[in-house]
Amino acid sequence: MDHLPTLVTEARQAIQAADSIAALDELRVRYLGKKGEITAQLKGLGKLPADERPAAGERINQAKQALAQELDERRQALSKAALEAQLAAERIDVTLPGRGQPSGGLHPVTLTLERIEGLFTRIGYDVAVGPEIEDDYHNFEALNIPAHHPARGMADTFYFDATRLLRTHTSPVQVRTMKEQAPPIRIVCPGRVYRSDSDLTHTPMFHQVEGLLVDEDVSFADLKGTIEDFLHAFFERGDLSVRFRPSYFPFTEPSAEVDIQCVMCSGEGCRVCSHSGWLEVMGCGMVHPEVFRHSGIDSERYKGFAFGMGAERLAMLRYGVNDLRLFFENDLRFLRQFA
Amino acid sequence: MKFSEQWLREWVSPQLGVQALADQITMAGLEVDAIEPVAMLFSDVVIAEVVGMAPHPDADKLNVCQVVDGSGEAVQVVCGATNVAVGQKVPFARVGAVLPGDLKIRQAKLRGVESRGMICSASELGLEEETSPGILELPLDAPSGEDLRAWMGLDDNAIEVDLTPNRGDCLSLKGLAREVGVLNRLPVTSPDVTPVPATHAETFPVRVEDAEFCPRYIGRLIKGVDVTAATPLWMVERLRRSGVRTIDPVVDITNYVMLELGQPLHAFDRANLHDGVVVRLAREGERLVLLDGQEITLNAATLVIADERGPLAIAGVMGGEDSGVSAATQDIFLESAFFSPLAVAGQARAYGLHTDASHRFERGVDPQLTVDAIERATALLLQVTGGEPGPLIEVTSHAQLPGERDVTLRAARLEQALVKQLPAEEVADILQRLGMVVDSTASGWKARVPSWRFDVSIEEDLIEEIARIHGYNQLPVRRPSARLALRPDHEARTPLGRLRRQMVARGYQEAVTYSFVPPDLQLAMLPDAVSPKLANPISSDLSVMRASLFPGLVRALEHNLNRQQNRVRLFEAGMVFRGDLDDLQQTPMLGALACGSRDPEGWAGSRDKADFFDIKGDLESLIAMGGEADAWRFEPGEHPSLHPGQSARILYRDDPVGWIGTLHPGVKAELGLKADVLLFEVRQDALTRGVLPTFVPLSRYPEVRRDLAFLVGVNQPVQALLDCVRKKAGQWLEELRLFDVYQGKGVTEGCKSVALGLTWQHPSRTLNDEEINQLVDAIVAESHQHLGAELRG
Repeated sequence: MDHLPTLVTEARQAIQAADSIAALDELRVRYLGKKGEITAQLKGLGKLPADERPAAGERINQAKQALAQELDERRQALSKAALEAQLAAERIDVTLPGRGQPSGGLHPVTLTLERIEGLFTRIGYDVAVGPEIEDDYHNFEALNIPAHHPARGMADTFYFDATRLLRTHTSPVQVRTMKEQAPPIRIVCPGRVYRSDSDLTHTPMFHQVEGLLVDEDVSFADLKGTIEDFLHAFFERGDLSVRFRPSYFPFTEPSAEVDIQCVMCSGEGCRVCSHSGWLEVMGCGMVHPEVFRHSGIDSERYKGFAFGMGAERLAMLRYGVNDLRLFFENDLRFLRQFA
Repeated sequence: MKFSEQWLREWVSPQLGVQALADQITMAGLEVDAIEPVAMLFSDVVIAEVVGMAPHPDADKLNVCQVVDGSGEAVQVVCGATNVAVGQKVPFARVGAVLPGDLKIRQAKLRGVESRGMICSASELGLEEETSPGILELPLDAPSGEDLRAWMGLDDNAIEVDLTPNRGDCLSLKGLAREVGVLNRLPVTSPDVTPVPATHAETFPVRVEDAEFCPRYIGRLIKGVDVTAATPLWMVERLRRSGVRTIDPVVDITNYVMLELGQPLHAFDRANLHDGVVVRLAREGERLVLLDGQEITLNAATLVIADERGPLAIAGVMGGEDSGVSAATQDIFLESAFFSPLAVAGQARAYGLHTDASHRFERGVDPQLTVDAIERATALLLQVTGGEPGPLIEVTSHAQLPGERDVTLRAARLEQALVKQLPAEEVADILQRLGMVVDSTASGWKARVPSWRFDVSIEEDLIEEIARIHGYNQLPVRRPSARLALRPDHEARTPLGRLRRQMVARGYQEAVTYSFVPPDLQLAMLPDAVSPKLANPISSDLSVMRASLFPGLVRALEHNLNRQQNRVRLFEAGMVFRGDLDDLQQTPMLGALACGSRDPEGWAGSRDKADFFDIKGDLESLIAMGGEADAWRFEPGEHPSLHPGQSARILYRDDPVGWIGTLHPGVKAELGLKADVLLFEVRQDALTRGVLPTFVPLSRYPEVRRDLAFLVGVNQPVQALLDCVRKKAGQWLEELRLFDVYQGKGVTEGCKSVALGLTWQHPSRTLNDEEINQLVDAIVAESHQHLGAELRG
């Protein structure tokens, strides 16, 4: 009868010594199972006098509960250790790079064109495109640049024959749109353009985005507002100074060149802005009535404005690229910088 | 146009520093490109007279001079110039003077002889870039002792304006001064031009055959000129500050008057003119040796000045060598004409010429300037070269002269255009200062345009002038308003931007290559391609339009391989040009190139080279975006750039829309490439088209799968087998999966094993074995009949 404490001590030692879940299960059966040794003690209660039974029963039950708790605790400790061992064994070097194809990247000119297109399409402009091999009529004549006009010397043109050429600007797309579509017209025309010029700051091919808005009651003030908003949005600088300088394009009147405060030196004067503090970034103006006449639009009723900019120039300013020619060498070390 | 600030200020001098003046001009639309001091810094150089000269005792090439610089005693200076002479006035740098290049003048001994100062040449003073041959000789009336800088007005700036082609009227001091006068609301003073009275009555016959091109021609005989006379220093300086070199007094004076007033002039040697001058169109094939020595063959569109023997000059462009003024000339025939812009436009360029005269005539020279200019030039000539002027010889067709134009400006229109109401007085004042005669009308103004403004003929021109002078940046800013209208949007289309991003996701970098390619490269890659050729390419390397994106991509690959970039994935979206000009297709394409290992070098990837199926997988990922993969097929085909056994024509809805393959080993060798190169290009319109997804209800009944392994000939395209299977698999075939292709051990020689997994599912019931078996039997029979395929045991 009095060997219960010995039994408990013995069981405790066995539990603490158990080194696996299976061993613990065996101990549970051995002590607490239906035929277990503690269970046997309970069964032996009947042999005791009736007045001793409650106290003895309680002692046995306490021992049983204590052992059950000890078994559970040991079980938890063992599974925790097992999990820890598994985790330790499964450790990987998480600093190794991931598997699979790395992403490539878009060309910086595409990034710039998409950005410009996005800014304008979000407020209701459409994107229009057209052929790159153009005819004299769409590239010049319809834009109020007749043959031998001195302005033809402004853009050195690549010719195929007397009348066919590589477009020198995307303005022919504007002409084609105005011929096909009645006002109101709101378009941006991105694309490749070509000029016979090649040196440090010119490549024979580059990209332009031109814009055109034709509607009733369109003014020079609307043009100024549009250009200012665009430049502020493009450069993400709401405080960027913008100025309009009178200029000349045969297809617009009044015409203006647009300068922004140099984004490299904030107008202090640096090499990029030739120490003037200003950078010429685009040209613009009100659509010339002669252009409307060629397109069959009534210039008494409708007014319009047009603007144009070089994507490479804007990309250079935005990303700090210092050599125009890099855009067309397709050097991976260059392209990857824009991923 | 380059001009001296001082010269301009003689006409009009606003209270502005040079930079402020330049900014003002720039903001009026005459863009200032550069402001440069006309002389480098130097100090303590005075005018001195050479009063004595003796050879240096110990040096053949040196002289010992005595100069008087106004400070008292004569100073001894050793001088090496050959043109130094007693009695000359010269620039003299005193001891202590600092010359350009920080050259300090010290007392020195030259070969034993004391020298206290230096007699200077123009280049030593920084007035000329090239080394001057001798000292600068000053006019004899130059005051000894006076500071040379001050006396020559060297604290001056040369201002260079880049004029737009519409502003020919500003190609002179007169025109620029007029602009500055308007901008500052200041009066402008012109030099005095008074008619020169004739001192003889001799004239020379002038006949104008083409009055439309030459509405006015004025000539004058000036006899007995001394062409060897020196052009006065003040004129040489003004020319120099305008970027014009001095030649001889006659040419210098014609250039001077052109810069001053804007009228190009030409002087002929009377002795070389025969029987009078004729202004006429050239006869095709006539030849002329120009002043610059080159001989040209004239075309019949060119207006010339001729005599009975032939052409003497291209009107308004350049004179001829034979009739030009030389040192031997005694009598000159001076020409001041108005050639219409149309007569000169394009002519200079047609002969590869560009002259100051053609530049001005093309843009329009004031037809009312002709007489003033010849009178001004005559007066200057008489001062410098002497001579006896004859009467003016004038041939004018008034009907052909540009007519005077009245242009109306409506106040309402002006306000609408600028969104600002300008005071009527300001509008009238601007127009008047621009030289217009302005009348008020009920609705606004009527302006008579001055003869020098070829660019003003409509209302918008006046609006521009007012906006420009008022100041663009003084005008209000507004935003356009528009009606909000939704526009159609085609959901099934895959925009190019998404295709681009898919290529990026597959590891490609976007390239942008030139649309013109080297002809030999295109010939090597596409021997049969026809594409337009530029008539005036920038170099022969960029002379033919690309008929494919392949040449440009291969070029970009070479660029990278040469820079140790061995794993290259590039794509480009752009036009290709096919056919000749009269049957031209400009097709937007998407092309890609892959070269090097399949995976980037790394710890986990394979070291295998990318092959056809890698790039095909990339293309298929684009195709999948259209939701119409079944409409696309790859058909074995031969393309000159591609390996004949590893290339396919790409079909979309049975239309050939592109090519894919491995670069042909022959082409590869020709281009000196070692690694395998994989390429595709596809029409963008095929890739951007697509279909909307159509929902099919999900079946609740079990799928049935059967795997079939066929033996087919090694050269049998798998596509043919797939087609047979699909044809007989019935309408409930859910999926056809190709899970293995094997040839080698265990497979009959000459055959390959193709393993397919077929999955069927019926929407509303369970399929039974029997019907599936029937389908499988039909598939096997069909494959056997058409392809000789055997089911593998």
